[in-house]
Amino acid sequence: MSGVWVIAEQLEGKLSEVTFELLGRVRELALGGRVVVVLLGHGIKELTPELGAADSVILVEDETLANYTPEIYRRVIAELARARNPRLIMVANTSMGMDLAPGLSGELGIPLVAYCKDLRAEDGQVVAVSQLYGGKILVESILEGGKGLVSVLAGAFRADAGKKAGTPQVETVACPALGTPRICFKSLLRPQTGDLDITKENILVSVGRGIQSQDNIPIVEELAKALGGALTASRPIVDNGWLPKSRQVGKSGMTVKPKLYIAVGISGAPEHIEGMRDAELIIAINPDVGAPIFDVAHYGVAADLFDILPVLTEKIRPPQ
Amino acid sequence: MEIVVPVKQVPDLVEELVIAPDGTRLDPDSIKLKLNEFDEYAIEEALLLKDAHRAKVTVIAIDAEGVDEILFTALAKGTDRAIKVTGDFSDGVDSHTAAAVLGEVIKGMPHDLVLTGVQAADDRDGQLGPLLACALKVPHVSVVTGVHLVGNRVTINQEYAGGVVAEMEVDLPAVLGIQAAEKPPRYVPVSKVRQATKTAKVDEVAASAVPAVPSTLVRRMFKGESGGKAEMIEGTAEEQVERILAILRERGFLK
Repeated sequence: MSGVWVIAEQLEGKLSEVTFELLGRVRELALGGRVVVVLLGHGIKELTPELGAADSVILVEDETLANYTPEIYRRVIAELARARNPRLIMVANTSMGMDLAPGLSGELGIPLVAYCKDLRAEDGQVVAVSQLYGGKILVESILEGGKGLVSVLAGAFRADAGKKAGTPQVETVACPALGTPRICFKSLLRPQTGDLDITKENILVSVGRGIQSQDNIPIVEELAKALGGALTASRPIVDNGWLPKSRQVGKSGMTVKPKLYIAVGISGAPEHIEGMRDAELIIAINPDVGAPIFDVAHYGVAADLFDILPVLTEKIRPPQ
Repeated sequence: MEIVVPVKQVPDLVEELVIAPDGTRLDPDSIKLKLNEFDEYAIEEALLLKDAHRAKVTVIAIDAEGVDEILFTALAKGTDRAIKVTGDFSDGVDSHTAAAVLGEVIKGMPHDLVLTGVQAADDRDGQLGPLLACALKVPHVSVVTGVHLVGNRVTINQEYAGGVVAEMEVDLPAVLGIQAAEKPPRYVPVSKVRQATKTAKVDEVAASAVPAVPSTLVRRMFKGESGGKAEMIEGTAEEQVERILAILRERGFLK
């Protein structure tokens, strides 16, 4: 048993940033053994020079792998893992990774630590730090002998450490015969921008669960208006139907990089932070001083939004 | 069509979370439990399918304090059957254990579609859906929004970052991890839930022996550094507002 595997994630022939984040971290960890990237797809051989931080790449190319589907990807990786017995398998906690990590854990019968925000090596063991309970609580788990699976949050590590051009050894493996797939990819749909393209706005004021009720949303909207910006939201607000999907910031919404991002009543679940952490200036207002939004914000106000916003808006609003 | 929706409770994240003195779990006396919000969407998606296709919906939960209430609430919303799986779960139920226990029960009942919440706030060992699919030997897709029945398959949308969505066709039976239902979860008045507790019933099924599953040891549970990287603005509300205004002026957002 040897080596650490990083399961690469690519969409339409482009490697995800998170693949480099994982690769960079595993290099820093220096767990011993080879660092191997497992890359599945079709017509993607030219991606391998981007993976210079790896010692080698296992490349599986097949028409049936052209587009990701959970079933086939899981089965191909499981088959490879059974034959080669890697010590640690690293998967990103993305939509794909949320299929693959537990799927591989179930199929291979190996333990999984999910939602990892940090990974450390200690005396031959791997300590995985999960960010749970909406990001409020961190949990350290021990992977005995450094063996098992981890799914890692996007943005947990810097991508640049994993971005090294080079010529890793490439081993091309034929796709095993898998029979008739039970899941078929149909098409990829691009987001509809709806009433407003929030990725093009300079100023975003974003509302989260702390707003408590739909009736209170105008309090945040007024601040957005006073600043000449747009109103956006975290996922629970959109899932409740209080604002349209086009306004959602985060993992299953839009990734935004405005000049100013004011987070109001947003505690900062990892899914949200993934979509806004690169804003130029982030100001967060949340009553819980331990809220993870304060990890990415530049300025934090640990206060009740209802005490701050109306006064702030009033002072910004130009005199009528 | 038979739809099964496994549900569970998680700590209400709006409340202050207190870590137990042993430092490896939350203090059970301090947490307020509520239905996992993603399970709420899974129930709603199941009820939408029931409305459209006369599907039969069964909610199923592993026994825990307060679980009757969430099952009766689901019955009041319109699910057809509720099952409570009983057994000795004093060591806690992680996702791997839940998948093994629920898998055993669901195997023995009709299940064309199993809808789980895509994730829960406490699934340290991964999400239930794919593990349950492994136990049932059926396909699984996570992060699903939108489920449409077409013959003996469903068309689903899987959401990726940046609002990109993949459309896939999945053969039934299947397990889907629901990210959001196509409509907000329906509201059910308390009076209707109370009525359900009197007129409806929760079936009890005893779990076969709780199996050993791959797991990892929790060494420590702790809270994030308060105010991590942010410069915290202190003072009265008025002083805090003034400081925000000064920052916005300094950065050129205000004249």
